Amino acid sequence: MATYVAPIPEITAHRAERAASGWTSWITTTDHKRIGIMYMVLTFVFFILGGVEALMIRLQLGAPNNTLVTPEIYNQLFTMHGTTMIFLFVVPMMAGIANYFLPLMIGARDMAFPRLNALSFWLLLAGGIVFYASLFWHPPEAGWTSYPPLSSALYSPSGGQDAWIYLIHLTGISSLLGAINFYATVANMRARGMSWGRLPLFVWAMLTYSVLLIFALPVIAAAVTMLLTDRHFGTHWFDPAEGGSPLLWQNLFWFFGHPEVYIMVLPGFGIVSEILPVFARKPIFGYKAIAASTVAIAFLGFLTWAHHMFTAPIPEAILVFVMLSSFLIAVPTGVKMLNWIATLWRGTIEFKTPLLFCAGFIAVFLIGGISGVFLAIFPVDWQLNETYFVVAHIHFVLVGGAVLPIFAAIYYWFPKITGRVLGEGLGKLSFWLMFIGIIVTFLIQHVIGLDGMPRRVYEYDNVGHLHLYNLISTVGSFILAAGVLATVINVWRSLKVGVVAGPDPWKANTLEWFTASPPPVNNFDVVPLVRSFEPMKDIRREIERAGGGARAPGTATVPAGATQVGL
Amino acid sequence: MLAFFGPAHGASPNAHEISNLYDITLYIALVIFFAVEGALVYALVKFRKRKGALPAQIHGNTRLEVSWTVGAAVILLGLAVLTFAKLSSIQDPPNSGPGGSSLADLGEQNNLLYASNQRRLPPNGKSLEITVIGRQYVWQFVYPGASEPDGLGAPYSYEELVVPTNTTVTLNIVSMDVVHSWWVPELGGKFQAVPGYHSYTWFKLSKPGLFRGQCALLCGRGHARMIATVRAVPPAQFEAWLANQKQEISQANKEAAKARAKLNGEIGPGQVENP
Repeated sequence: MATYVAPIPEITAHRAERAASGWTSWITTTDHKRIGIMYMVLTFVFFILGGVEALMIRLQLGAPNNTLVTPEIYNQLFTMHGTTMIFLFVVPMMAGIANYFLPLMIGARDMAFPRLNALSFWLLLAGGIVFYASLFWHPPEAGWTSYPPLSSALYSPSGGQDAWIYLIHLTGISSLLGAINFYATVANMRARGMSWGRLPLFVWAMLTYSVLLIFALPVIAAAVTMLLTDRHFGTHWFDPAEGGSPLLWQNLFWFFGHPEVYIMVLPGFGIVSEILPVFARKPIFGYKAIAASTVAIAFLGFLTWAHHMFTAPIPEAILVFVMLSSFLIAVPTGVKMLNWIATLWRGTIEFKTPLLFCAGFIAVFLIGGISGVFLAIFPVDWQLNETYFVVAHIHFVLVGGAVLPIFAAIYYWFPKITGRVLGEGLGKLSFWLMFIGIIVTFLIQHVIGLDGMPRRVYEYDNVGHLHLYNLISTVGSFILAAGVLATVINVWRSLKVGVVAGPDPWKANTLEWFTASPPPVNNFDVVPLVRSFEPMKDIRREIERAGGGARAPGTATVPAGATQVGL
Repeated sequence: MLAFFGPAHGASPNAHEISNLYDITLYIALVIFFAVEGALVYALVKFRKRKGALPAQIHGNTRLEVSWTVGAAVILLGLAVLTFAKLSSIQDPPNSGPGGSSLADLGEQNNLLYASNQRRLPPNGKSLEITVIGRQYVWQFVYPGASEPDGLGAPYSYEELVVPTNTTVTLNIVSMDVVHSWWVPELGGKFQAVPGYHSYTWFKLSKPGLFRGQCALLCGRGHARMIATVRAVPPAQFEAWLANQKQEISQANKEAAKARAKLNGEIGPGQVENP
């Protein structure tokens, strides 16, 4: 047998390009990793802003007939909160994580269109600035759904509503360009041997996210343009007095709005599908079923929008159809849940912080999935729609399905981005505070809704136990906030004093762990031939077989040739 | 058992049936919830990393995966069948009971105005039809009994809807300005009041009582205070109240006309127009 030395991750980027330095290099950069970092930092700032708005909402509702904020400010708060969390946090945060890791995971050196990628980021920033600038004048107050006629020039004359429209346009173009970029990158730039059946599940999720965005965004772009021309240029798309229809907005908005939910949670599913196998030290259970159910959810997601309109005057045939299609979408979602639990089954589970966040995700998201079935039954929805039951549902879905996976991703990938591991102590504290905070804040909100409290009300009378229930929810929201704060402190500390990670601290399965931490500008100078959906596992096995596992990091060299493909 | 974890019920049959459907769903949901959370916790505890334990390198199990996919579909199919079985009792209003208000059939005169295939009437076609008008930030209720042939001059009230017991009340929900949503939890589901559209629902109360609700869809700064109450009274009392209301409104109209005439006299005719 010929001499054969398998690659050791430590040295695969020994011809590293030097990164440009200085603050201007961040503005001019087209490096997917730097753009990814800017995405993640910016969207996290918006997460904090949206969180502060949420805490103010909870403070106002902590007591019945509270006068802490005026109705005007209250309406502005929940409008800003919903819009921020959806358009400026979850969707672009997923884009940021994928910006950094998607090229690395498929063995590419950058995104397919690096300059377009930079444009996506700067458009996002512009959208955020336009929207938050309205704080200095009149923030929008028609809710993140902005139903006309309330959002029309007659009932919402302030420029805040226009700022909201521009935010949708700017972040929409940003996401659309990003989606095209992700799709082109995955389609064209995969490492040799990475067939569709070997694509990491996070990449499958981002591919689906991209397709969903490409189909859904033009619809909301059209809708907000119609709202804009209604407000300023004398059209009457949504004005019933002139033959327009407020229901047209509801249809267009939710045709985008429902797929948007999957745009937010599918990448979360992808993150969880990456992390669980690493810490259970077991392959993902049913790779094909998870990939297929991702695509199935995306398709069905376009057929269920009218379940947001069950109380609107629409024909019964539509109610029935949408109930059935909404039931149908529960099947692939349920399949994923069971696949994840089966992945843990008979593994050897290491309770590191990323795993805790993923396990918490399963526990919390399940509640959101089950309450979704109640809401899909349209006669039951007639009682639950537009109440705190829906608020509870959407937060179990989005805090469970998007925020917890994002935190899992922070703990899992921070070592790759910075070269240092986040502290486990603070990480676990953060997880438990957030997990308990979520349950305490949102579980009781089901009961608040069932007791007859609609959402988006700035005050309520203390009927029954409404004060107690709302107070519990308010206390929970501060526990949740403390959990987020613990991670912020953890990141701050670990940047300086965190344990040095090395290229592959978790013994993970995907290619991003093949290169140094942080990766050099060119990512890889050799990319191995991919032979399964867990390429790093194959590489580690080869190293062990070649007796290289015991070598000290950084002492080995990679010979040209062997099984690698030079780039 | 889980009364605090269910929607309001007990006053009107449709709310009761919705609550019933909700309860059955809740029991199924609880079984699934505990089974899945139980499996998760069991896996986390039982398969935590221990010395000497080796992870089983399983990639999947087609038979298992197919069976839980089919299982999930079957449960949901069951829920769909159950919903269809309940649908009629939730959507279709029954006849008024014996001793219901004799004004009930007056609702028929609105048929020409509000003909729609979405609208449902009791089998005998007789109900007390009330038009619910949403506007920022008050509910207006228009009762049958128009004094003029074009439907004008009907008695109305604000905020509080007074209805007779034992009588099937059908609501025709409309809006004057933005989208609102009519909701009194104990009287069944909520329905949007969309300008340019009609929504319909019904309720029937067997006992007198006061039922509280409020606008359920963001309609502006006063949304939280757009209260709706429904007061159910015996039919005779209702008819007396309605007659009194009609009389008071016509009295108020006369006085308003008088005041206008007086103003016109003071500042010159034609300056204040009669509506």
